[in-house]
Amino acid sequence: MTHASPVLDVRHIKFKVGVRTILDDCSLTLNKGELKVLIGPSGAGKSTFLQCINFLQIPDSGEIFLEGEQITTNNVKQLCSYRSKVGMIFQDFKLFDHLTALDNVAIALRKVRKYTASAAKDRAMQELERVNLGDKTELYPAQLSGGQKQRVAFARALAMDPIVLLLDEPTSALDPELVGEVLQVIRDLAAHGMTMIMATHQMDFIRAISTEIIFMEQGRIIEQDSPANLLAPNCESRTKQFYNTLQSV
Amino acid sequence: MQIDLVFLQQDLLPALNRGLQISIALIVPASIIGFICGVILGCMRVYAKQWLRRLANAFVAIVRGVPLAIQLMFIYYALPKLGIYFEPYGAALTSFIICTSAYQSEYIRGAILSIRKGQILAAKSLGFTPLQTIVSIIIPQAARRALPGCGNEIIYLIKYSSLAYLVTCMELMGEGKVVASDTFRFFEVFAVVGLYYLAMVSIAQCILNYLEARTSIPGFQKR
Repeated sequence: MTHASPVLDVRHIKFKVGVRTILDDCSLTLNKGELKVLIGPSGAGKSTFLQCINFLQIPDSGEIFLEGEQITTNNVKQLCSYRSKVGMIFQDFKLFDHLTALDNVAIALRKVRKYTASAAKDRAMQELERVNLGDKTELYPAQLSGGQKQRVAFARALAMDPIVLLLDEPTSALDPELVGEVLQVIRDLAAHGMTMIMATHQMDFIRAISTEIIFMEQGRIIEQDSPANLLAPNCESRTKQFYNTLQSV
Repeated sequence: MQIDLVFLQQDLLPALNRGLQISIALIVPASIIGFICGVILGCMRVYAKQWLRRLANAFVAIVRGVPLAIQLMFIYYALPKLGIYFEPYGAALTSFIICTSAYQSEYIRGAILSIRKGQILAAKSLGFTPLQTIVSIIIPQAARRALPGCGNEIIYLIKYSSLAYLVTCMELMGEGKVVASDTFRFFEVFAVVGLYYLAMVSIAQCILNYLEARTSIPGFQKR
């Protein structure tokens, strides 16, 4: 496999709220098919970093390139087109409350991708079947369980054929017994070569499928290496220390 | 006191039914156009550029601050001085649309502000433009939340439509008043006119209840 040029190249992102620095010079590159994982204590800036990558928060400085093209924030059209190519999964799902599962998936296809109503419906149906929700299409978010909601959110993001998928603690708001069904979706995506960045605390899952761990603390990236290296038995990394803390809980 | 059926059937009801038609011709367009204008005005007051937002706020402050009877008479009697002429019906309709849209915008504004920020983030993350987000995501949710308040305003509108007789627009109240002063049968006339309004409000209430049930989101608003 060649890594000619990265799919996503994020350089020197800085983000401040008032005088507090939330992100300090965070950079990462992502090649096709990679799954990089952001970990770190709460307040480290993981969520903010993901939101900056998607320009849901506009960074104070830094550059972002998608497939070699630099994204500028002053052009609304380019920004919207960029966001439509970078999928986002939120911790608390953020499904549209007034739409059925099917319409949650179809609406962006209609409005953003300009599909006809029936083409959007067909595609949405396909995506919902892919996450095993073919029988729940007419239910509203308030009628679904947490795991089902998150799977609808996956279907909604995947229907846009994203080049990169950003996942912000996708399993943190779920009951333990529902975590498995969502992790299964992520595992399938990874197996099919989806390029992803995920903030998570599911350490065993990270060990099994991530290509790289990015450890963040106080707005900085402290360590960045493969899980095998960072979590090796004789390694004294900050990541390892964090891992042991999580294990001992 | 005796009820004079002949008077009711031959004088009062024909006049009131004539007035009822005018009342309905005022209320239905005023509530529909007023609601749409209220949605636009409400959105402007939340999302527009600052100067436009201030303009909209000033408009609402004036309309809410001046009695409707004065607005109505101003449009009909004062605007001709500026060369703007209205028929009685046109003057009443215009003034009701202005008044109701200002009140509706307040309900809409409150509902928009109550939509969770996550809904907007999700739409943004899918590549929706700001306008698409407002039209496809925020308004459908806000309109549902505003419905009880907006319904209240429509019920008010039904009743303040009776002010149209002030500018010689012969609606229900106007017709009733003419019959009353011709015959001096104030008791019968105003009792029946009151019942007509009560009936209109009851019908409006049924329609609003139906709309609320129809647009409620399963599992979300109803327990």
